[in-house]
Amino acid sequence: MEKKKRLNKRTWLSAPYLIWIVGFTIIPLVVIFQDAFVNAEGSFTMDNILAIFNPIHMKSMILSLAIAAGCTVICILLAYPLVLALRRLNMGREGFLVFGLILPMWMNFILRLLAWQMILSKNGILNMILGFFGIAPLPIANTWLSILIGVVYDYLPFMILPLYNAISEIDEDIIEAAKDLGAGGFTVFKKIILPLSMPGLLSGIVMVFVPSMTSFVVADVLGGGKIQLIGNVIEQEFTKNVDWGLGSGLSVSLMIFVLISMAFTMKNDPEGKESAIW
Amino acid sequence: MSDEILRLRNISKTFDGKLILEDFNLSIKKNEFVTLLGPSGCGKSTTLRIIGGFLKPDEGQVYFEGKDISNLPPDKRNVNTVFQKYSLFPHMTVAENIAFGLKLKKKSKQYIDDKIAYALKLVNMDGYGDRQPSSLSGGQQQRVAIARAIVNEPKMLLLDEPLGALDLKLRHDMQRELIKIKKEVGITFVYVTHDQDEALTMSDRIIVMNQGIIQQMGTSKSIYDEPQNAFVADFIGDSNIIDGVMEKDCLVRIQDHRIPCVDVGFGKDELVDVVIRPEDLVIVGEAEGLLTGMVVSIIFKGAYYEIKVRVQDYEWMVQSVNPAQIGSMVGLTILPDNIQIMHKPISADEEIVKEEE
Repeated sequence: MEKKKRLNKRTWLSAPYLIWIVGFTIIPLVVIFQDAFVNAEGSFTMDNILAIFNPIHMKSMILSLAIAAGCTVICILLAYPLVLALRRLNMGREGFLVFGLILPMWMNFILRLLAWQMILSKNGILNMILGFFGIAPLPIANTWLSILIGVVYDYLPFMILPLYNAISEIDEDIIEAAKDLGAGGFTVFKKIILPLSMPGLLSGIVMVFVPSMTSFVVADVLGGGKIQLIGNVIEQEFTKNVDWGLGSGLSVSLMIFVLISMAFTMKNDPEGKESAIW
Repeated sequence: MSDEILRLRNISKTFDGKLILEDFNLSIKKNEFVTLLGPSGCGKSTTLRIIGGFLKPDEGQVYFEGKDISNLPPDKRNVNTVFQKYSLFPHMTVAENIAFGLKLKKKSKQYIDDKIAYALKLVNMDGYGDRQPSSLSGGQQQRVAIARAIVNEPKMLLLDEPLGALDLKLRHDMQRELIKIKKEVGITFVYVTHDQDEALTMSDRIIVMNQGIIQQMGTSKSIYDEPQNAFVADFIGDSNIIDGVMEKDCLVRIQDHRIPCVDVGFGKDELVDVVIRPEDLVIVGEAEGLLTGMVVSIIFKGAYYEIKVRVQDYEWMVQSVNPAQIGSMVGLTILPDNIQIMHKPISADEEIVKEEE
């Protein structure tokens, strides 16, 4: 079988992308792996990788995992009712609402986090309103709860949009057919809408879980520097402690961890439509 | 009436300010094959969706076996629907699709398996249980959709243009199969279509609708042979519809020619609509015809030729097994039996019908 690789002219159109991906993804990855496995003396080491099992790092890792998982679950619980409600609206208003959801994404996200800092702070708007109703101020500021609120707020659109795409593609006839065959509202959701929206749901999970697991800015701004997620630990190793080896090692561990979680999610997908994920 | 299964009473429905159904009344008997026939937008699908429970009428009631079910949701009604777009669940196999309704009714596994096997056999889809719907052709998908509906043993099956998306040959096959299935399962079929051939072939009773109003109701033969107004005559089969004047009983004047017919009871010199089916006109020699005209076009249609003959300013459509020469003068005759005389529309409703044509 003769298979001559012909470089057609259009192939060159992908050159900028190629340069980009090599320069800003592949080379940094190689550098990180090298830093992670090679110590200052230039010999192979596993110390940086195994440093994740250090109790302090492990604590950050588990907290990150908990926040990412919590954020993902909350986003799913918030997104489904909203998307199902959107489905029922007629086109004009539907577009307007989706626009409203996307609108905040146009603003810099650190600005939005700073706004949340103001809302949640001890003398912030939330406690002001609670005080107005005679409720004692809630000590939310600089806790894991405020970080959770921050990541949910930030990543909710990334759950809504893929889910909305998947659900708006479900033919109304199919839902009517299910009702016709005796399915009530909840059964229609469980047997029809949920399985058919699975590609969107998985895509949403990836787009919410991974960035919320690895984020550090949210914890910086809303955690007041008191709460260390794994992202914050890595950031500090690189910037404050200038220990690139340890930073790289933890990064690689985190990467492995995220990949394992994702593999687990994919495995639970009954249809196995990986293509729909990315 | 004890054998009545469904009654629609004074149903009205408006969409976006447009009246779709107006004071609509209909009674359907047990085990009947009823077809709602009409052009798109005539309200036939709306009627079906109201029976199925997918739409609530603005006014009026739906009675099923004597009980008012107007406010029951679709999942609580003992009717099932076959949709035009098949609407199989894409994430389930054929067998899982068919089992959907039975599983919800908590039937035993053995019962469900038996039912699936029976239903697949009934629709000629033996051995397709494990296939995915996406791997089936349109006709096969529609068979599965029919199987999925009838395993639930509904008292009434609603079919919303179920063959509309199939090609002609397959449609004819499926028509025959539907009649067979209907006989086998013995349930009431309410069928919606805009295809008059389909309606004539399958139905016990046809309800011709236009503008949300029933135009005529009856057997295939009575609708075809004795259309009650120009809309029905025009919609069912091809027709020549022309103005005439009743000179007296059994004599109508068309295009200044006196032609014998069999209709009586019209006023003297009453203006009427005259309907003549193209297959009832016979081309004869110029001298022997009741009407004479010139052949202006001829089209070969397979089983017959479609010939247009111009008499004065009207082109008569004639179906004939023998060709005719374009430009030649011919005569046209017709048996008195084959002439349909209809009153000109008087009510506003009928007037609407005329304007639409």
